[in-house]
Amino acid sequence: MFLQLLVSGLSFGSLYALIALAMVIIYKTSEVPNFGQGEMAMISTFVAYALLESYGKSFLISFGGALIFAAALGAFLEFIFLRRAKDPNILSFILITLGFEMVLYGIASWKWGADQKNFPFPVSDFDVINLGSAVLSYLNIATFLITLILMFILFLFFRYTKLGIAMKATQQNAMAARINGIRTNRILSITWAMSSIIGAVAGMLLAPIATLDPTLMLNALLKGFAAAVLGGMTSLVGAAFGGYVLAIIENLFGGYVSIEFKSVVAFMIIVLVLCFRPSGLFARHYIKKV
Amino acid sequence: MDMKRDYYEDIQLLRNKVLWFWFMMLIVFLIVFPFLVPKIMGSSYYIYMANYMAINIIVTVGLNILVGYTGQISLGHAGFFAIGAYMTVLLMNTLHLPFFVSLLLAAITAGLFGFILGLPALRLEGPYLAIATLGFGMAITQVIGRWRVFGGRMGIEAPSLDILHPFGTYNLESDRQLYFLIIPITFFLTIGARNLMKSKVGRAFIAIRDSDIAAETMGVNLTFYKTLSFAVSALYTGLAGGLYAFLLGFINPSTFNFILSIYFLAFVIVGGLGSIFGSIMGGIVITWLMLTLDKVQELPYIGSVLISFSRNWMTVSGLPNISSIIFGVIIILLVVFEPLGLYGFWIRTKIYWKTWPF
Repeated sequence: MFLQLLVSGLSFGSLYALIALAMVIIYKTSEVPNFGQGEMAMISTFVAYALLESYGKSFLISFGGALIFAAALGAFLEFIFLRRAKDPNILSFILITLGFEMVLYGIASWKWGADQKNFPFPVSDFDVINLGSAVLSYLNIATFLITLILMFILFLFFRYTKLGIAMKATQQNAMAARINGIRTNRILSITWAMSSIIGAVAGMLLAPIATLDPTLMLNALLKGFAAAVLGGMTSLVGAAFGGYVLAIIENLFGGYVSIEFKSVVAFMIIVLVLCFRPSGLFARHYIKKV
Repeated sequence: MDMKRDYYEDIQLLRNKVLWFWFMMLIVFLIVFPFLVPKIMGSSYYIYMANYMAINIIVTVGLNILVGYTGQISLGHAGFFAIGAYMTVLLMNTLHLPFFVSLLLAAITAGLFGFILGLPALRLEGPYLAIATLGFGMAITQVIGRWRVFGGRMGIEAPSLDILHPFGTYNLESDRQLYFLIIPITFFLTIGARNLMKSKVGRAFIAIRDSDIAAETMGVNLTFYKTLSFAVSALYTGLAGGLYAFLLGFINPSTFNFILSIYFLAFVIVGGLGSIFGSIMGGIVITWLMLTLDKVQELPYIGSVLISFSRNWMTVSGLPNISSIIFGVIIILLVVFEPLGLYGFWIRTKIYWKTWPF
């Protein structure tokens, strides 16, 4: 029982961690908590679905196409709307991204309706391997592995590539980065594209477990956001950690106490943690200068 | 803008005779409206709409106190709305308290919850506060949905609205009768909020919004005023929730979801942050849009075009979701281009015409 809950917690935790990572990447560079992340991922997943089902393309082309679409969408939203905001503050950023959420949700449910669709995926959720007392589906394993690989790539990217280092520079001090010849605006667009891709991966991994409909990512987004906040909004390690911890707590509570209140309890724990560490677990508390 | 020479001039409600005139006209209009409209429009639907608008105005004013004046974020106001609605109905159903007592008690309960939510807000800001309030809103809906007392997922029906309860019977049934209950409450609450914002409390809120650290060094008690702001805001929202239960006649937990909280924020943004007058405009305009767009396919001309468009390219069953697109676009455009919302637009128009043709 315990092992099973832990294992499925790790699988869901990977998804939360991916969404949390996507949010953190954006938040670090531009202090925008992106509430549109979930719907961006959802609509990219729908693009993959449309390519697969309506146009009969192969998995490789469809998923690749969806990822390219996700990147374009992210860069587009940043370039067209966020960049134009007049004297922005945190509230207006939250509202703009909530606006994205509503628009994308509306478009998706207008285009594809509210009925639930089965999302075909090359790895099956029904073939399982037994691991002691726990049952693991191939899809769980794939989710976990893909997440780990993505995290590793992100780590390498921020550590060794020129673009990654430029992003880190923009995060630390946009003005200084600009003076040193980094086009910070372009960096922002690329950040959004990257984050959108990571979100889309999460969406496509979630869709075969759940069924595909416009509310696919609503809960996952809130959980991912909560995970990011738990880890401290500015820390990539924290986001991944937060995702896994959140999913495992949630699963254990659901398994042993009550399945009905499991998501609420997860949120309550986060609020409690925030009361003691207002900036999350992994971020240094930022003391405001006046 | 004309100069203000003493403190009383700053706080007085109506500065000059012209404003007095319009104010009286407004009151007359509000009284005549429910008798005139069914004759002109041919249905009492517009009275229902007016009631809906009035309730949303209360919420918007309440949320604006928190978001616009104190600069905090709340993504959980649907929770307070739910508390108000359910408490009012339950107190009347189980304890058989009079309506006004129940409404007041429900609002105070919501206010208490607001105070509790204000406590973590003392240490949190930005996205951290957003997630805390969001968790609160979700928790309320979940608890209500699972608890037998609250009618569970099926919801509960509002009792008949007997405003003279212990002493006699006078049931409010029609929309017009409800109108004369809701509109005066809205009216006084709005003026109350406006006066509160002109007092010491309101100035403390604004100081906290502009810089909480500076406010604290000037002697504003942050703990007191931040929690007070949450409490007042929740109280307004709870009261509106209580009225809403009777407007619909039936409430269930799925009404009070996360999306509703976003819509409340949209009211505030569209109306204008930090402006009571803006809140009124936002409440009216968005409610009108909301109710109209719900039946977008029945609109003349546009409806049929949209239906044929959806048949060719989209799905007809998903057509009502177009309201979500339009709201999203409105929110984005307003925040990007006119952060002060309709109120900012109004101010600019006024200034433009004041000096016209120069």
